[in-house]
Amino acid sequence: MKNWQEFEMGAVLFPFEKQGQEELSKHNNERTYTTDSSFTASVAHWRVEKPVHNKDVCINCFNCWVYCPDASILSREGKMSGIDYEHCKGCGVCVDVCPTNPKSLLMFDNLEPLEEALGKWPEKKEGLKKKSYRTEGGYNGF
Amino acid sequence: MASSYHLNGVEAWDGCTASAHALRQAQVDVVAAYPITPSTPIIQNYGSFKDNGYIDGEFVLVESEHAAMSACVGAAAAGGRVSTATSSQGFALMVEVLYQAAGMRLPIVLNVANRALASPLNIHCDHSDMYLGRDSGWISLCTCNPQEVYDFTLMAFRLAEHMGVRVPVMVHQDGFLSSHTVQNVRPLADHIAYKFVGDYVPVHPMFDFDKPVSYGAQAEEEWHFEHKAKLHHAIMESSSVLEDIFNDFAKLTGRQYNILETFDMEDAEVAIFALGTTWESAIVAAKKAREKGIKAGVVTTHLLRPFPFVALGEVFKKAKAVAIMDKSSPSGAMGALFNEIAASLYQVQGSRHPVLSNYIYGLGGRDLTQADLDHIFEELSQDAQKGALTHPTQQFIGLAGPKLSYF
Ligand code: SF4
Ligand code: SF4
Repeated sequence: MKNWQEFEMGAVLFPFEKQGQEELSKHNNERTYTTDSSFTASVAHWRVEKPVHNKDVCINCFNCWVYCPDASILSREGKMSGIDYEHCKGCGVCVDVCPTNPKSLLMFDNLEPLEEALGKWPEKKEGLKKKSYRTEGGYNGF
Repeated sequence: MASSYHLNGVEAWDGCTASAHALRQAQVDVVAAYPITPSTPIIQNYGSFKDNGYIDGEFVLVESEHAAMSACVGAAAAGGRVSTATSSQGFALMVEVLYQAAGMRLPIVLNVANRALASPLNIHCDHSDMYLGRDSGWISLCTCNPQEVYDFTLMAFRLAEHMGVRVPVMVHQDGFLSSHTVQNVRPLADHIAYKFVGDYVPVHPMFDFDKPVSYGAQAEEEWHFEHKAKLHHAIMESSSVLEDIFNDFAKLTGRQYNILETFDMEDAEVAIFALGTTWESAIVAAKKAREKGIKAGVVTTHLLRPFPFVALGEVFKKAKAVAIMDKSSPSGAMGALFNEIAASLYQVQGSRHPVLSNYIYGLGGRDLTQADLDHIFEELSQDAQKGALTHPTQQFIGLAGPKLSYF
């Protein structure tokens, strides 16, 4: 642990060692972040459920990206590419706002392996209007 | 480039005008302010300087003092020289953000025209707001007239921005008694004042896009304590920097300030300690007391934070009785200054300490008269002769109705 004289004045943090402009021009998971950065620190310890993304159903509307309170939706070349589990708090907002049928994001137990979760994806449901996953009973809305 | 303002060798300014000119001369990048009596004319004058082309910086109109200090924090983190002014309830509304500014080590300068805190609502001077900000991590400078307001506002920038300090600074003046009282002020020419203050050197500005920085991050039990210790250390060490600034300022202007100002303390047996404008009134009373054979002295400080406890212990070493004057409601304790000075005197080695008493005065603008001060010196003289208190420790003076005193 650092002693009191070693901390940066004003409790500021630097995400990059140097060359911020250059780093910022890269894709966010290709940047070299410092260990003091909020990007490298995992802040997802209290997550109970996690959102799982199914790219076969996703229409890349980016509703989830807009609504995620923690910037945890990852994207690549204009497509939604998954979840940043180092920062996702498991709030379920992304699942709630996902408009597809079935939803392209669903909440699973935090310990459920991704492949198994993907194998349990529900079929399209006739007449299913936009509903909260929480109101449909159970984790997964099915 | 802003036009320079033609100033005479001597100007007739009240404290608010003096402070506005100092802000103008320091070429502040951003002032974000909300008007509140009695500090309003600081911002009003500053606004008219801006309208008339004497200021290049930004002037941000906000919807409250909380927003004013928040905008100041943002602008200072971005990398600008930043200032604002407030009083009383507005100060109270700023308090939450004062802690943010100090913790982020942003060298903002805040002019405070001291005024009572409600309720009852009152626009006049007392030191309740000054005491409210004592523990917020800002350096606090106290002044007693418009000349000092002007001088200390310029010096406040030097102190706050010093690389060994980088702590925000408040400059206090007594509401109305100093803020609205016109007196002679000897200003510096614009270019000389600016040269004294110096160019602003930002530290970790958010506008440096090559080195992105996060301000206001969370630090729980593993870090928070260390940051507070570091801030405390910077504040404690700042008084020597202030002394250097006083000396530089004296070379430039001939006006030599000291952290403690004393009047006739060399052989004083009794003394009054008071902040702000009361310093000058107490000097008049001390002169009269000396004519009556009472060896009277007066002490004030220009530096409330860091508290000059070592120097205070030294200055009162030979005194037999000392009155500590508090212009704020003690609300269930001894007066705030009484507590601090009593604690300071106990740091002095040896068993002999002067007899201490606490006078609560002037709340909400109640006049402190020469008769009140004469009476205090009389009481102190009796304490000194007896070597013990001849009256209760804490007394309210100038209060209507039966006497109120404690201990
Ligand atoms: S669960 Fe919440 S935090 Fe996690 S990705 Fe979805 S919206 Fe973001
Ligand atoms: S809201 Fe659903 S469909 Fe839209 S991008 Fe996100 S996961 Fe894909």
